[in-house]
Amino acid sequence: MLQYFVRRIVTLFFTLVIASLVIFVSLEIIPGDPASYMLGINAQEDTLQALRQELGLDKPKLERYLVWVKGMLIGDFGVSYTYRAPVIEMVSDRLWVSLPLAVYALILSTFISLPVGIYAAANRGKFSDLSVMGVTQIGIAVPNFWFAMLLVYLFAIILRWFSAGGFSGWEVGFFLGLKSLTLPAISLALPQASILARVMRSSLIDTLNEDFIKTARAKGLTQNQALIKHGIRNALIPVLTIIGLQFSFLMAGAIIIENVFFLPGLGRLIFQSIAQRDIIVVESVIMLLVFSVVIVTFLVDVAYVIVDPRLRSSIL
Amino acid sequence: MFSFKSKNKNVNYLSLSFWVGLFFVLIVFLLALISFIWTPYDVTSLVISERFKGPSFSYILGTDHFGRDILSMIMVGAQTSIAVALVAVGIGIIFGLPLGMIAAAKRGTFIDDLVMRFNDLIFAFPALIIAILITAILGPGAFNAIIAIGIFNIPVFARVARGAALTQWSKEYILAAKVSGKGTFLISIEHIIPNILNLLIVQATIQFSLGILAEAGLSYVGLGAQPPIPSLGRMLADSQTMISIAPHMAIFPGMVIVITVLGLNLIGDGLRDYFDPKLRGSR
Repeated sequence: MLQYFVRRIVTLFFTLVIASLVIFVSLEIIPGDPASYMLGINAQEDTLQALRQELGLDKPKLERYLVWVKGMLIGDFGVSYTYRAPVIEMVSDRLWVSLPLAVYALILSTFISLPVGIYAAANRGKFSDLSVMGVTQIGIAVPNFWFAMLLVYLFAIILRWFSAGGFSGWEVGFFLGLKSLTLPAISLALPQASILARVMRSSLIDTLNEDFIKTARAKGLTQNQALIKHGIRNALIPVLTIIGLQFSFLMAGAIIIENVFFLPGLGRLIFQSIAQRDIIVVESVIMLLVFSVVIVTFLVDVAYVIVDPRLRSSIL
Repeated sequence: MFSFKSKNKNVNYLSLSFWVGLFFVLIVFLLALISFIWTPYDVTSLVISERFKGPSFSYILGTDHFGRDILSMIMVGAQTSIAVALVAVGIGIIFGLPLGMIAAAKRGTFIDDLVMRFNDLIFAFPALIIAILITAILGPGAFNAIIAIGIFNIPVFARVARGAALTQWSKEYILAAKVSGKGTFLISIEHIIPNILNLLIVQATIQFSLGILAEAGLSYVGLGAQPPIPSLGRMLADSQTMISIAPHMAIFPGMVIVITVLGLNLIGDGLRDYFDPKLRGSR
């Protein structure tokens, strides 16, 4: 058990180191000098040189990489080239839009898809099961940003229940903030919920064929009682993996959805920073996203081993 | 789903959903192919007086904000989507399949470990963010979109190929081949690949449909094919601010994406059931 955790943590560490190297090196290739971008085309060579020095751009690449990594470890992500503001502040402002959006979508998708998947599995082969399978098949095929546009058309333009975009901020009240994230969250959640419902259904169907369900039936439980008492719990393992994986899809998907709804989140920040050659911001945001994905995957893996004793013997 | 009941569960037959999927995909492919030689209108000619026309006899799907015919644009845009996604799948197979085969042939060794860790590394990156990064480095355009999408297909195929190949390597006919003096390379080419081909085909269909979605997403945010080449994603981006006056501009291109992706997914499911009837109905 301990050996497994040590191995996982070492892998985690190396993944992060290599990821940071890949991000750093690939952004070095981007054409365009941040200093000349900030000062414009008419800047004098000595002014450019002074600014490069101030930003630390004249230092050797290895040294800049080490400074960047060391800074991140102590929570200092550097200073934005364009805004002259600490990156950590810019990121944490935006994070309060992107993270709640991803979590909101994850909650919606989980709470809708699990009951739907269970219902479909319990009614396997019947009309209701077939309709669930049909609807989810379409849900997977719909681009979430297009679905978002349709939602805007219906709920913001025709019915006028929601605003077409923008974020009210959390200061005006929790529920108003939540309301402005509702359409984005629904559009983010649709494809994920469709996938999750199908995984839940197939996992539960697999579980229902297991011997312990027959035993439960033999001792007098009805099919539905056996399903609720023994089936669902055992069917949840693959579902948990998918939920863990979906977190990264939601964080990334949020980038496009933020564009549809003009939300001031991390996605908008990345696009803006790429356009302005604000490389330090791009690096830090991407590293942060990779970090969160790696950590979530790690936690899901570890959670299994703790939750499911059967897995312990296979990894030791 | 929607499959005909068969008396014998293990008889291979292609389900109804496969044929429905094939029908959808063929429609879109046909439209894209026809657009090489003919489109109802020229997609580069702007007729401002004809703009925002709803569907009618002269413009079956209406016109956009420049008076361009939406059907023509969809036909050419479908070309781009299909080409990008197809080449990206090709990249995934060309690089991923050998990687997976090598890992399986050298199973349990350092090389196997290296390939798998490389896969994990790519999986750790949120695909879309890296696609955005790549197009930011190389500049937007259809070619760079292909690279961005293709890179993420590599570990997918490597993993599927390795997993399937490992099962084959433990079989007796492989042992027979070894005893008869065949080397690892020859066995991989002559015996392993033909036997895992069906899994690869199913995976290719799935990656193809994901590629169509990814291309649409990238061109929606302006990182795919650049104007004046029509692309479904950018048609949607253009329509966004005009959705209240011309909803048809948003509805039709989106429906074409849905039909293509849905069709490919149905084909993939159908093929998987066909190749492995035991799985039928559980998914």
